[in-house]
Amino acid sequence: MDTYKRLTLVCGHYGTGKTNVAVNLALALREQGLPMAMADLDIVNPYFRTKDSAARLEQAGIRLICSSFANSNVDIPSLPPDLYAITDDRNTHMVLDIGGDDSGATVLGRLAPAIREEDDYAMLLVVNGYRPLTRDAASTMEVLRDIEAACGLRFTGIVNNSNLGVETTADDVLHSVSYAEQVAQMSGLPVVLTTVDERLYPALEGKIPQLFPLRLQDNRIFLNE
Amino acid sequence: MADKVLMKGNEAIAEAAICAGCRHYFGYPITPQTEIAAYMAKKMPKIGGTFLQAESEVAAINMVYGVSATGHRVMTSSSSPGVSLKAEGLSYMAGADLPALIVNVQRGGPGLGGIQPSQSDYFQATRGGGHGDYRMIVLAPASVQEMASLTVKGFDLADQYRMTTMILADGTMGQMMEPVALDFAENKAPAKDWATTGTDMKRPHNVVNSLYLDPAALERVNFERYERYAYIEEHETMYEEYMMDDAEICVAAFGIAARVSKNAVNEARKQGIKVGLLRPITLWPFPKAPFRAAADRVHSFISVELSMGQMIEDIRLATECKKPVTLCNRAGGIIPSPEQVLEAIQQAAKNGGAK
Repeated sequence: MDTYKRLTLVCGHYGTGKTNVAVNLALALREQGLPMAMADLDIVNPYFRTKDSAARLEQAGIRLICSSFANSNVDIPSLPPDLYAITDDRNTHMVLDIGGDDSGATVLGRLAPAIREEDDYAMLLVVNGYRPLTRDAASTMEVLRDIEAACGLRFTGIVNNSNLGVETTADDVLHSVSYAEQVAQMSGLPVVLTTVDERLYPALEGKIPQLFPLRLQDNRIFLNE
Repeated sequence: MADKVLMKGNEAIAEAAICAGCRHYFGYPITPQTEIAAYMAKKMPKIGGTFLQAESEVAAINMVYGVSATGHRVMTSSSSPGVSLKAEGLSYMAGADLPALIVNVQRGGPGLGGIQPSQSDYFQATRGGGHGDYRMIVLAPASVQEMASLTVKGFDLADQYRMTTMILADGTMGQMMEPVALDFAENKAPAKDWATTGTDMKRPHNVVNSLYLDPAALERVNFERYERYAYIEEHETMYEEYMMDDAEICVAAFGIAARVSKNAVNEARKQGIKVGLLRPITLWPFPKAPFRAAADRVHSFISVELSMGQMIEDIRLATECKKPVTLCNRAGGIIPSPEQVLEAIQQAAKNGGAK
């Protein structure tokens, strides 16, 4: 991404890796020296939240705007009390981590008028061609349209985050490029980034344009061997 | 693109159920299993199946009863508090010898408890949950791949033995994402000559019911049912042994606790402690034989659980308390860390089996 809009909205089908993409984007933008905040607006998923990266974000000097109930037992769709800082505090760049699918994107509806009025945002559709309900461009387009309808905002770009979790190989990423291009063609949107686990980055550098390495949230206790 | 897909455990259950020929899903949303219902809501209408969000858990399990009586593959899913509500229906299904797949993606309890992962419904699952003399086959997956494969297996077992099979997972297994190969051939239910499918005027009516007016008849079906249960105990246990060959300490754990424990076993092995893992895959029937065999070789057992200690009772029963069994646990939605399990192993190594 060559230019940085003040707001970067990260949306997509649930389980595509939005949170990991959002956290890493916020960190990269912070490295450019921008005053940064990150907002966790996920009202869908009570597990695996931006809050898991709270220490990492804080260390980098990124303010986390997040419901105080994230990662707790309070099982209601709750939003942060300082929600309107997103549209009111125009001196801070922000990455918004939005919950999955159209149900997650609904949360943007109340912010949409101010976001449209300011008109300084990128809205990214994170796609993963290895997810069962978005395995091809046509089904991914359904998700895209559902989200746009739910939040009243238009996407501006696509982030190809196609992966198979810990088993992802460089070939898996290479094979996903044509899928992302098809989504781009059908939607008329550019593929602004292809994101990969940082461990795969060296093997793919130079082979895919706009390649972006991700350092993933730590879930080590679930792994074996 | 690769043949595998990246799935949440909950989605893997839903997709595998469809592969197994299940076209009828009745449920009610509850965290952390809601993705099963959400997935079914998206897919069932596209393949001519039925997705119905029931007005309650009680309604859902009774819909399952009804469809099962017609011989079709059917399932419901919920999380701990919702499964308690289904208990009456589970007992009625047992009394009517009806097969179905029941999924419990457990959360912390008792009561409304919380939404974080737990294994504290072990007693409820392995002892049936509802009233009366009955058993339920209980399968405990420890990976997203197993969430899928045990779902298919669960439908097969349910049909084979005409009883409910439960997938006993936990919030982590439901929410975590891993690559899955969904390479099951589309498999259909076997012929069910007992189902209420219409007589064509060629046979007497089939009746699906759990009410018996004659105590002697009711006693007879109970005894017959327990002969079937004995056969299942003999033939259907599943378990995984890891580094048990020369083990002096046996760590026992299922589901997410087994994954944490495997890490701890690997670490302890690096420190020269002879420890292995015995992971029950069927919780009922409990794999008594490998535990009995292990009791002759190891000096102690450690039961790692996300509960106040429930499986530990089955270990003591299976081993007839020959060796000490200690508990390494967390509760309330918290997962034990590999470090906590490692410490328990180190302690057991130091004690050397002293009671």
